[in-house]
Amino acid sequence: MQALLVANSLVVLLPMLFMLLSSLKTTREIFQQPFALPAVLRWQNYADVWGAAHFALYFRNSLVVAVASMVLILLAGTPAAYALGRYRFRGNDLIFLYFLTGIMVPIRLAIIPLFIMMRDLRLLDTLWSLILVYAASGLPSAVFILTGFFRTLPQDLDNAARIDGAGELGILVRVLLPLVRPALAIVTVYNIIPIWNDFFFPLVFIHQDRLKTLPLGLTVFFGEFQTNWGLLFAGLTLAAAPVLALYVVLSQQFIQGCRRSVTLSP
Amino acid sequence: MVRPLPGAVSAARRVPNRLPYHTVRALWIAAFLAPALILFTAVVAYPVLSAMAYSLYRWDGIVRAGWAGLANFRRLLTQYPYSERMLVAFGHNVWTFALTMVVQNGFGLLFAVLLAGRTWGARVYRAIFFMPVVLSLVIVGFLWELFLNPIWGPLNKLLALAGLGALTRPWLGDPHTALVALILVNAWRWVGFPTIVFLAGIQAIPEEYLEAARLDGAGAGAIFRRIVVPLLAPQVNIIVILTFIGAFNWFELPYIMQGVTGEPFHATDVLGLLFYRAAFGAVDTGNPDVGVGSAIAVVMFALILATSGLGALYLRRREVEA
Repeated sequence: MQALLVANSLVVLLPMLFMLLSSLKTTREIFQQPFALPAVLRWQNYADVWGAAHFALYFRNSLVVAVASMVLILLAGTPAAYALGRYRFRGNDLIFLYFLTGIMVPIRLAIIPLFIMMRDLRLLDTLWSLILVYAASGLPSAVFILTGFFRTLPQDLDNAARIDGAGELGILVRVLLPLVRPALAIVTVYNIIPIWNDFFFPLVFIHQDRLKTLPLGLTVFFGEFQTNWGLLFAGLTLAAAPVLALYVVLSQQFIQGCRRSVTLSP
Repeated sequence: MVRPLPGAVSAARRVPNRLPYHTVRALWIAAFLAPALILFTAVVAYPVLSAMAYSLYRWDGIVRAGWAGLANFRRLLTQYPYSERMLVAFGHNVWTFALTMVVQNGFGLLFAVLLAGRTWGARVYRAIFFMPVVLSLVIVGFLWELFLNPIWGPLNKLLALAGLGALTRPWLGDPHTALVALILVNAWRWVGFPTIVFLAGIQAIPEEYLEAARLDGAGAGAIFRRIVVPLLAPQVNIIVILTFIGAFNWFELPYIMQGVTGEPFHATDVLGLLFYRAAFGAVDTGNPDVGVGSAIAVVMFALILATSGLGALYLRRREVEA
């Protein structure tokens, strides 16, 4: 049992360790002694990557897109989930189902209409094109998870607040929002990684180098430095570092968030 | 200028308060729902429906040129090179789904079972297995492209060191191994995902069931087959659906590692690449063909919706039974 688990841990970790160690070697070292430790730690690779490729820009773009999309998802998704989870009205089930279909529909198959729409709105080659698509396609799962959470809260909370004179918005913001904070965290964790990692939409929407996100920028970088493996490994390590660092700190939350939204049970 | 009567002002100010509660409530519900409904409709629902409609038109570049009926579908299925590319790519998607089910999800189930017992370090293992799932497929693709490099790649060097030099080959350049190599790289990235889903399912099985079976003298194998597997059906169902969607939507890894035509010689061509080439590049030679591209999208939609619909139906029926 333990042997199998250890074996798979090595299968997962050794390639990443190899990437890290190779990023501190010269290309000649990687070719001639691939499995040896670096003779000297060549931090220069990182300085070269940072200087040669526009990594700082790519990072910034990815961060802007991920944060803005996430803010939009939560700003639009939370009130919608509140309405669906706390009020009984005609069409409630239908609207819920409408959002739900969005979880299964692969939005990238609509890329041609989206491309034409972004062109007509003059949003092609702007970060807004990405933000809008990510926010809209992240909404269904957000609405689903949050509605489930709102439904678990006792109805007495609203009634008590209403008697105290709170308005509908006040109930959401002051009474319920603090209670669904864990659900907001789950929605964020579940959505932000695919947004951060997405390659398809930037590939289609973004052409200017200064607007490229990290995954797209990485392809530019790989095209330029094909033969310089020391730099390539340094670039890969640099690109992987933020997500992996976040994962090391929050791995339990990542796993919980992913599990909950997949098994579709809040 | 007419001076408003003092009474009118106070009445006007009081009007909102006088609206009956159910009207206020309805307005608030509408206001809460509006942003999400508008955003979702404009950027997801409407484009998805348009994508279907586009397949029924003739296209001149990305300008709509006239009604085409089912001509785009006919061309996709009968006109060279589309017909051939379509068949080849579809076969690769099916093969990807099948092999991923066996290798990735098989290992996922195995690891879940191993982790479910009171295994020492289970949480750490789980966290390690899930780690590559958060990595970008672009990073994973480039990393393994370097690893699998025929001359300088560490995999072939490792094989040579182990005395298995005869096995070394250009994994990504050989049409016989390229697709399998991609599928295995994909499984390396994803295997933690079925692991945690299955693990959650196993841990949700009440301890009494297992205890009762043990008291009746059932061995580990019998418990797994007779109790764990049947109760895991919803998780298996979800993983099958997601694997199917993933396999038929496959794009990033083939694009990054094998280029937009699925090298070598279309050995790793899949529907996602074909769709992208039809929509934005070109199939072999020629201009973008939005009509055929949209037809491919409709076929992919139909496949995915049919499968996930059937799966959801099956799930619903099981829930009713249980």
